[in-house]
Amino acid sequence: MINKSVCILDYGSGNVGSVFNLLKHMKLDAVISNEEKVIQNSSHLILPGVGSFGSAMEKITNNLPLEVLENEVLIKNKPFLGICVGMQVLANYGLEFGKNAGLGWIDGVVDIMHSADHPLPHIGWNNVERTQESMLMSGFEKINDFYFVNSYCFIAKNINNVLAETTYHEKFVSVIGKDNIMGVQFHPEKSQGAGQKIITNFLEY
Amino acid sequence: MKKNRVIPVLLLKNGWLVQSREFSRHQNLGNPIDAVKRLSKWASDELIYLDISRDDLYDIRRDDQGYRNINSFLGIIESISKEVFMPMTIGGKIKNLHDIEKRLLLGADKISINTEAYKNNSLIEDAAKEFGSQCIIVSMDVKQNENGYSVFTNFGKNDTGHDPLYWSKRMESSGAGEILLNSIDRDGTGIGYDIELLDQISSKCKCPIIALGGVGEWSHFKEALEKTSVDSVAAANIFQYTDQSVFLAKKYLAKKGCNVRKPDLLKL
Repeated sequence: MINKSVCILDYGSGNVGSVFNLLKHMKLDAVISNEEKVIQNSSHLILPGVGSFGSAMEKITNNLPLEVLENEVLIKNKPFLGICVGMQVLANYGLEFGKNAGLGWIDGVVDIMHSADHPLPHIGWNNVERTQESMLMSGFEKINDFYFVNSYCFIAKNINNVLAETTYHEKFVSVIGKDNIMGVQFHPEKSQGAGQKIITNFLEY
Repeated sequence: MKKNRVIPVLLLKNGWLVQSREFSRHQNLGNPIDAVKRLSKWASDELIYLDISRDDLYDIRRDDQGYRNINSFLGIIESISKEVFMPMTIGGKIKNLHDIEKRLLLGADKISINTEAYKNNSLIEDAAKEFGSQCIIVSMDVKQNENGYSVFTNFGKNDTGHDPLYWSKRMESSGAGEILLNSIDRDGTGIGYDIELLDQISSKCKCPIIALGGVGEWSHFKEALEKTSVDSVAAANIFQYTDQSVFLAKKYLAKKGCNVRKPDLLKL
């Protein structure tokens, strides 16, 4: 992995530290930053996230240089990975605590999971089942376990963007992708070996 | 399908990993960081660290093993979070929202609260509002008496007189995301979980129940998963004594048809 450098986007989300620890453990070149130059000079971008959709978007809007970020991701096609709420904000809007606009990079809506009598949040290890071939999920078996913490999920408008699904009473999207823009609902930084493999695959992009 | 978790619990006393028996005797088991690395290699689903120190003296005292002395429980946690990439729960000495925030920033995913949930009426509700139910676990130590069961606090010293089902329901409605249900009578005995207690609580609560206290062989995990509605099975001592313990436990459970994550041995 020569010349790969990762910028973990720093917008005030609590779990940037665990993602950074994982990348350092994997001996990758990684920084936590929201500076324009660092974003421009890195080869890959990761947007971690915990908390609610609206508060994440508010922090993103306030703390990240969105124009620069959109130029890198949407125009220059720099590989981008959103984690958990960092994946959800890729949608057009989210419905957690009212309707909030998202980044709109992948068409879809984020809404509460239909879990029936299963408790929410959905916490724990659950199966991720590939629905189509993708770089991000390459080398995995058809079904793998990853660690989740979520009450809301991404409802994709275009089924071609759905890379993997998970069942918790109903099926929901656990991996999403549109060319260089990717997102995972689970936490790679808490998913041991499988999580490290996702990061390795992402960096191959 | 979501898996039933197999969770090692690490008891830390003054910086040392210890074994506990009926909440009173504590035998030293060595360096917690080495233990955590082992448990991580054996693909534990999650780890729970409980600080049971009675004072604030911490010292790993093992320079010979290549670690510098780490002077506080939180220092130990910070070191661990750089080595271990699985969900971590931290408990012990948590008094307020600030204590919770400090632990989350060090890399904890969840916080376990016991005595203070009883002493401070609004703590669980405030914590769930501030950080989300997903990271608030209420730990409940239960002891049997002539009238049935009662919830104890302060390391099993203080009898609250509360019925465990009443207390779990109350904690659940206050916003507890999970309940760590520990039997004081079974602690360190190895004779198996208190199935009756686990069933009473897990059949009536919607939030996930983590069973603790009494495991002496792998079949005790299976018994709890089959006979009760607990979401997860936890144990302390048994995971420290056998090489590849977690791997072997999950292998046993998978073979018996339990819904656990595939057993694995990881290279770190």
